[in-house]
Amino acid sequence: MSIEVRGLNKSFGDFVALSDVNVSLPTGQLTALLGPSGGGKSTLLRIIAGLDTADSGSVTIEGVEATHLPPQKRNVGFVFQHYAVFKHMTVAKNVAFGLEIRKRPKAEIAEKVDELLRLVHLSQFAHRLPAQLSGGQRQRMALARALAVEPSVLLLDEPFGALDAKVRKELRDWLRRLHDEVHVTTVFVTHDQEEALEVADEIVVINEGRVEQVGAPDTLYDEPANDFVMGFLGEITRLGDVLLRPHDIAVSTAAVPDALAGRVTRVLRVGFEVRVSVETPQGETLVVMTRTHARSLGLDVDAAVWLRPEPGATTVPAAGSSLVR
Amino acid sequence: MASRPTTPSRPTTWLLRVIAIGYVFLLVAWPVGLLVQRTFSNGLGNLTDALGDPQVVSSLQLTGVIAVSATLINLVFGVTVSMLLVRYEFPGKRALSALIDLPLSVSPVVVGLALVLAYNTRDGVLGPVVQGVGLQIIFSTPGMVMATCFVALPLVVREVVPVLTEIGDDQEQAARSLGANGPQTFWRITLPSIKWAVAYGVVLSLARAVGEFGAVKVVSSNVANRSQTATLLVEAKYQNFQQDTAYATAFLLILVGIAALVVVALLRPSNEK
Amino acid sequence: MTSGPGLAGAERPAPPASPSSDGGRRRWRVRRSPRTTPRSTLTRGAGLGLGLAMTWFSLLVLLPLAAIVATAGENGVSRYLDVLRNDQTWAAVTLTVGQAALVTIVNVVVGTVIAWVLVRDAFPGKALLNVVIDIPFALPTIVAGLVLLSLYGPKSPLGVDWAFTRYAVFLALAFVTLPFVVRTVQPVLEELDADVEEAAASLGAGRATILRRIVLPALTPAITAGAALSFARAISEYGSLVLLSGNKPFATEVVSVRVLTFIENGNQASAAALASVMLAVALAVIVLLDVVQRRVARRG
Repeated sequence: MSIEVRGLNKSFGDFVALSDVNVSLPTGQLTALLGPSGGGKSTLLRIIAGLDTADSGSVTIEGVEATHLPPQKRNVGFVFQHYAVFKHMTVAKNVAFGLEIRKRPKAEIAEKVDELLRLVHLSQFAHRLPAQLSGGQRQRMALARALAVEPSVLLLDEPFGALDAKVRKELRDWLRRLHDEVHVTTVFVTHDQEEALEVADEIVVINEGRVEQVGAPDTLYDEPANDFVMGFLGEITRLGDVLLRPHDIAVSTAAVPDALAGRVTRVLRVGFEVRVSVETPQGETLVVMTRTHARSLGLDVDAAVWLRPEPGATTVPAAGSSLVR
Repeated sequence: MASRPTTPSRPTTWLLRVIAIGYVFLLVAWPVGLLVQRTFSNGLGNLTDALGDPQVVSSLQLTGVIAVSATLINLVFGVTVSMLLVRYEFPGKRALSALIDLPLSVSPVVVGLALVLAYNTRDGVLGPVVQGVGLQIIFSTPGMVMATCFVALPLVVREVVPVLTEIGDDQEQAARSLGANGPQTFWRITLPSIKWAVAYGVVLSLARAVGEFGAVKVVSSNVANRSQTATLLVEAKYQNFQQDTAYATAFLLILVGIAALVVVALLRPSNEK
Repeated sequence: MTSGPGLAGAERPAPPASPSSDGGRRRWRVRRSPRTTPRSTLTRGAGLGLGLAMTWFSLLVLLPLAAIVATAGENGVSRYLDVLRNDQTWAAVTLTVGQAALVTIVNVVVGTVIAWVLVRDAFPGKALLNVVIDIPFALPTIVAGLVLLSLYGPKSPLGVDWAFTRYAVFLALAFVTLPFVVRTVQPVLEELDADVEEAAASLGAGRATILRRIVLPALTPAITAGAALSFARAISEYGSLVLLSGNKPFATEVVSVRVLTFIENGNQASAAALASVMLAVALAVIVLLDVVQRRVARRG
């Protein structure tokens, strides 16, 4: 295990940020800490990096008890949401910083900086100031800077949060490919489930200071531990007394056994999919299907339909949940 | 900007403009101009006479020594306190933050009196202690340095605190995560980021220190050639009807003040970039 | 419960099989301000720095100011009040407070006008005006007195001689306090969004209404802060008055001069008594500024 977190608690005043968190992250993996803002995931990352201290609990990095180590002794790389570039230093100087602190020979530093700038495609900007770079370039520079010290783990706090959608997508792919190349144990924080599902080997879902579930992206999507995880990883709707995904509902225009009868109240076409609202005796249900399927059924407002979960659909009990509109 | 809905009508614009310019002209520009004119009423004679007067030269030297010492002390104190106020939490922080500004609204005469009451060797609160270690503060240079420190105390803090707050501690945290320790982080990351604000505070401090009069007057023995600063000399010369020397010395002090303004104006843009 | 490979614990009080029982826990907690109680985050080095800084601050500022209060109270309340009731002192206090108030009012009006002109007007020489505003801060106070004497003193090209009169007191105070209101209002005016005024205009408000209902309320905290600073400075002014006002008792003698006279006569108790009143005013201004700043910060 590369990172072991045991019984971690952290409060700010009377706000509980983390409550008895236990996580083990294996070496070489790319892990996402996923959850809503204010749920404690950034706090967990900062405690692993030593930038915040826990009230109780322990952190072990690569087998070294690190709970009370200051950040500069942990050998972790940290990438900040707002880049935290050293504004008064050139790109090359930024990347060289950690090596200069470690008093490496000049030639070695120059070589390493060169290599890293090539890796993040910033070689031609080596002598510019960060102010002359775009947001995506700055974040790549910050990544190179963190990698320069050959950290045992790389921690990224909402690394793409401040970038626009297109650059975010590019950097996401690029991070995945970079990780496959460099193989350093990487943990990144995100509130974007799509980002987590796409990039991570493993996802830790954190909400209200607790770990809700840990697993591979497919596992979380297909076998959510509870309604929160299910709701956070994708759209859900309620059918009778279960929660399920709107595209996991079978619709028929004739009565079938075990199906719930309802009446179509609204049909909305969004691109290739059609979103159908159905009024049932137990409330409103949202069904999503392809355009072709909707056309073949001939659905229209006021049509009578019968709904039931598709065979093999993921469902969780709906009682008491407040997550469905 | 002219398109704002509140842009006044032409006559009002002119009225406001005339009020603003007229007030500043009558109160500041014209009087300062007149003084400069009177300094040069005999060409460069007044200035050369003044600079040939050993009393003037020694007062300028004393002012220099006091201003530089006080500014150095305020620089170290100001940067330390700014770091503490912005980067740390501790009990009494709010009180310290408010009290730091106090010297700006305390009368210089009261500042002088306060130092006399605390440190005079006859019946000062700390008088015996000061005498015990063989130091004389009141009626001596250390007292004048302290008085000058007091009046200029908040100037560095007021410049540095907003900049420190604005840059945030992201860069410092990044440096820590890259292996830099506290001093390394301060010298390599924090100080370069706030250097213009620090420079600005130092210039303001220096200008204030050179110009201090009331507080220094109370704690100085005001003996010509020994404990008379430039501002004390201006008063003495004027009251001795050596007005030309007073004007010339005042002109030199104005130059220092204007130079400070120019430096500050040059620093501002590079600071905001 | 679906357990991923890395999930070691994450024990929860209620089994997830009955989500209804822990429905209450799922409600979003309101994020409170993280630091409600003063809590120390000092490292060892920072602690040392704080100790040294506080020692110096105490020796330089707190202890001497405390010495004033102690000396003022030394001879009891009645002697303290006697000092303040003395006719000459009282005349100095009324003169100082009266002129300081007058100067503050002038600063509020003219200072706001100057700030407005600097921000919203454009004309050749504006940059120069902007620099000249700061001259009173840059000049030594004794030089300020000398400068004013050259235009308003005996050899005035204007043909007035206001030296040693109350006008001189007003002039000196107006000179040294000129930048306060201008420099507090100017940045706020600069940052005032044009949208807000345009929104008001689109809703049918006229120029006067927008000024009164939108612009002035936004400027009020800055004007208040500038006024407080300029009042405090005016109350405590000394240097610029020395050569200009003549320090005539009952006529042009201000409080600072009165304190200095007490000091020069060796009457430290009386000096301290009067100084303590000035200190109280200074503290009141600090508190007022703190309150104004906090209110502005809250409004965001």
